[in-house]
Amino acid sequence: MSDTIIKATGLNKSFGNKQVLKNVSFTCKGGSIVGLLGPNGSGKTTLIKILTGLITGYEGDVQINGHAIGVKTKETVSFLPDEPYFADWMKVKDALHIFADLYRDFDYMRCLEIMQRFQIDERMRIKTMSKGTKEKFQLALVMSRHAKLIVLDEPIGGVDPAAREVILDTILSNYREDQTILIATHLIADIERIFDSVLFIKNGEIILDDNVEELRSETNKSIDELFREKFKY
Amino acid sequence: MVFDANIPIYLQIMKDFKKQIIAGNYKSGEKIASVRELAVSYGVNPNTVQRSLSELEREGLLYSERTSGRFITKDEELLKQLKSAYAIELLDVCIKQLQELQFDKEAILKQMKERLENE
Repeated sequence: MSDTIIKATGLNKSFGNKQVLKNVSFTCKGGSIVGLLGPNGSGKTTLIKILTGLITGYEGDVQINGHAIGVKTKETVSFLPDEPYFADWMKVKDALHIFADLYRDFDYMRCLEIMQRFQIDERMRIKTMSKGTKEKFQLALVMSRHAKLIVLDEPIGGVDPAAREVILDTILSNYREDQTILIATHLIADIERIFDSVLFIKNGEIILDDNVEELRSETNKSIDELFREKFKY
Repeated sequence: MVFDANIPIYLQIMKDFKKQIIAGNYKSGEKIASVRELAVSYGVNPNTVQRSLSELEREGLLYSERTSGRFITKDEELLKQLKSAYAIELLDVCIKQLQELQFDKEAILKQMKERLENE
């Protein structure tokens, strides 16, 4: 692990009267896989949208790889949103070309390799894909960028347990030591074994920020169990 | 391998390595897979694998050569100790349970002997 890749200090964000992020501060080290865990409506997606430059107008400071959010950081961040973003008329090939045009760090061959594992063909039409296949295809695209930071919003949300295994496997085998992966999810049990550390976010506040192995040895509990405790209704 | 999510994963990987060595799936002096390969095959974070290997190295069960990778120790004495420590661990569980059921030393030995002979 090396330098700090994300540094957020005192982030506050409101939509109307509702404050969705409250004084959020954290850092992520380079070369780690970090889980951003919280229930629906906890502020996960807002935080991610700030990191990826999709939301502005917040208080506080965020730096990615030492730069304020902007054109520079968009080049260093590869983002998988939680909803498909391709137009229905596109074929897989069209989407591949768009990625290759947009991102200098896009590795076309690697993407084809991952797609092969997912049994996705270049000639397929995006419209006819199942929800799970669309998600896998987007993951293939996002994981094929040599970006310093990869942000995955609910990467296993729409797929069955067998496909989850393949997705986790793909994340592990394609991530490089100089990359950091931030994964937002509420499906913790399936994925906790690949984390280095976790951030728990509740009502817009970070309530826990720790290394997962330390947490397990201190509490004799799984991250899933800790999550259920902290987020009891 | 299925992990118990309540126990640090690096400890479970260390234990698995020890079992594999005892079972003869790894030979003394054999080269082991890279951190990355192991991370993918165990399905865990590479830093977790790294930690397991460092601990095993500290215990002397692995050694690394700067350029060529990590290997299982050639120290036969250490391997013998590992085997015996593992057997003791298993026996202790069994003995403790029998003692809780009021078996004394003679009774345990008798049962054990009969069981082994009839197996």
